[in-house]
Amino acid sequence: MKYETVIGLEVHLQLATNTKAFCGCSTKFGQRANSQVCPVCLGFPGSLPVLNEEAFRFAIKVALALNCRIQSLIKFDRKNYYYPDLPKNFQISQYDMPLSYDGFIDINANGGTKRIRIKRVHMEEDAGKLMHPEGEDCSLVDYNRGGMPLLEIVTEPDINSPQEAYDYLTKLKSILEYLRVSDCDMEKGSLRCDANISLRPKGEKKLGTKVELKNMNSFKGVRSGLEYEEKRQESVLEDGGKLVQETRLWNADKAVTASMRTKEEAEDYRYFPEPDLVPFVVDKNEIEEIRKALPELPEARGARFKKEFALSDYDADVLTSQIDLADYYEACVKLYPNAKVVANWLMGDISAALNDKNIKVTELGLSPEGLAGLLKMIDSGAISGKMAKDILAESIETKAIPEDIVKKKGLTQISDAGAIEEIVKKVVEREVKTVNDYKGGKKTALGFLVGQVMKESKGKANPGKVNEILKKVLGD
Amino acid sequence: MKTIDSKIVKHVAHLARLELDDKELKEYSGQLASILSYISKLNEIDTANVVPTSHALTTLKNVFRKDVPRKSLGPDEALANAPSKEDDFFRVPQILEGK
Repeated sequence: MKYETVIGLEVHLQLATNTKAFCGCSTKFGQRANSQVCPVCLGFPGSLPVLNEEAFRFAIKVALALNCRIQSLIKFDRKNYYYPDLPKNFQISQYDMPLSYDGFIDINANGGTKRIRIKRVHMEEDAGKLMHPEGEDCSLVDYNRGGMPLLEIVTEPDINSPQEAYDYLTKLKSILEYLRVSDCDMEKGSLRCDANISLRPKGEKKLGTKVELKNMNSFKGVRSGLEYEEKRQESVLEDGGKLVQETRLWNADKAVTASMRTKEEAEDYRYFPEPDLVPFVVDKNEIEEIRKALPELPEARGARFKKEFALSDYDADVLTSQIDLADYYEACVKLYPNAKVVANWLMGDISAALNDKNIKVTELGLSPEGLAGLLKMIDSGAISGKMAKDILAESIETKAIPEDIVKKKGLTQISDAGAIEEIVKKVVEREVKTVNDYKGGKKTALGFLVGQVMKESKGKANPGKVNEILKKVLGD
Repeated sequence: MKTIDSKIVKHVAHLARLELDDKELKEYSGQLASILSYISKLNEIDTANVVPTSHALTTLKNVFRKDVPRKSLGPDEALANAPSKEDDFFRVPQILEGK
């Protein structure tokens, strides 16, 4: 039987505010355990939460960028569950009146675009971190993360393949980075993703039994986990079996999903309104002001790049997918207005170096000015393209400015006709046999002679000029 | 309305991680049932045209705090009253199950 895969994604995003959602504790990453806690986030009796203005503004920005509608009356609720990562035994979240709802993201799929609807974007607080020391009969709790501001971004079950899930996440991350509301770092846990996946016979309207998939630490992990789960569910159905609604964990090392084996019990969070936080109302003018102040988002920027710099769809997409890369590109094009050449260098050697070192373009030793300078030296004939590649590599390695590397190493290309002619003559006198071959009609011999001249000049001669002068000396 | 029986009380007690013996279960079932039946008197009022009240202070809204860090307690003070601790951590009975 042919099946259709149905996937919904739930993303948790840590907002990059200075302080937690409801108290003034710092949100700085990697500090001493339990050093960023106070009576509010530890849930001491008598303490009261007060919402962080910046976190709220960030949330509205994200909601608007994801084409959501803003709730006319925003309230918070308590989600009650008893677990040591929550000192209050409830999490401040939002239940029936989330901050925003009914949004969408368009992704590229099957040569066109596909709309993934966003069900809701709501605010909540993060829980603390539990550790389970090996061989000990206890868990250790660090509440530094408890109370950090989170957004939960939930899609409708509109995603139909693991690749679409991956594309949705990539696009979402790109938008979130443009908004500068989070560092979106999955390794630090600032961005986390859970997935719901089910299968149904093609054409069937009713959704199949869903599995909740957790513990994916990268977008690729999400894709692999879903691919595994897709196959597993299909084979269960094909064998005439029945799927169990459960939570499964992705094991990246073994590349399998495994049931969490919790006690089967319906979730019972007993939500009720958080009485310590008064409601929030954003008036229409305020929403419009925030909307107007939204930065140019990836799609709009891509369209502008295509128009302004005559880039292909692919180039524009790649260059605008990360805000830092797009900024770098534009800064460089301003200084060196050959847009296509800059695009090629950025997407070629520079991207390769970034991937290789697993760093962002902002961490690259070479500034847009440096790259522009390098490209200008090629144009002026001061260095060859091949030399430029070596200089680029060295600049990335040592963070030295390309012009300085050229000066220091005396790398300047020899374009002076007289100087090249001298070397050419020397080579022609020495390579009598090849010269005769060439004169006898073996035109390919020229390549060898050019090579000899380049070698003699220690790679510094301008290859175009060498060709030209060599032909002249040989009487062509 | 759902009547309160010992099965529901048992479930609620489990959610709150409370251990109740049979005598307590029976006692609390009776107490909770009578509290709920008293509260259910409110159902007699016609609220068809009343907006649900989530907060008592209906005029107060949009109370914010500036995003400026304030001094935290620090691990020593935070852990001062913890019944069990290890280094800078709170120590709790082992939890490996899902939430």
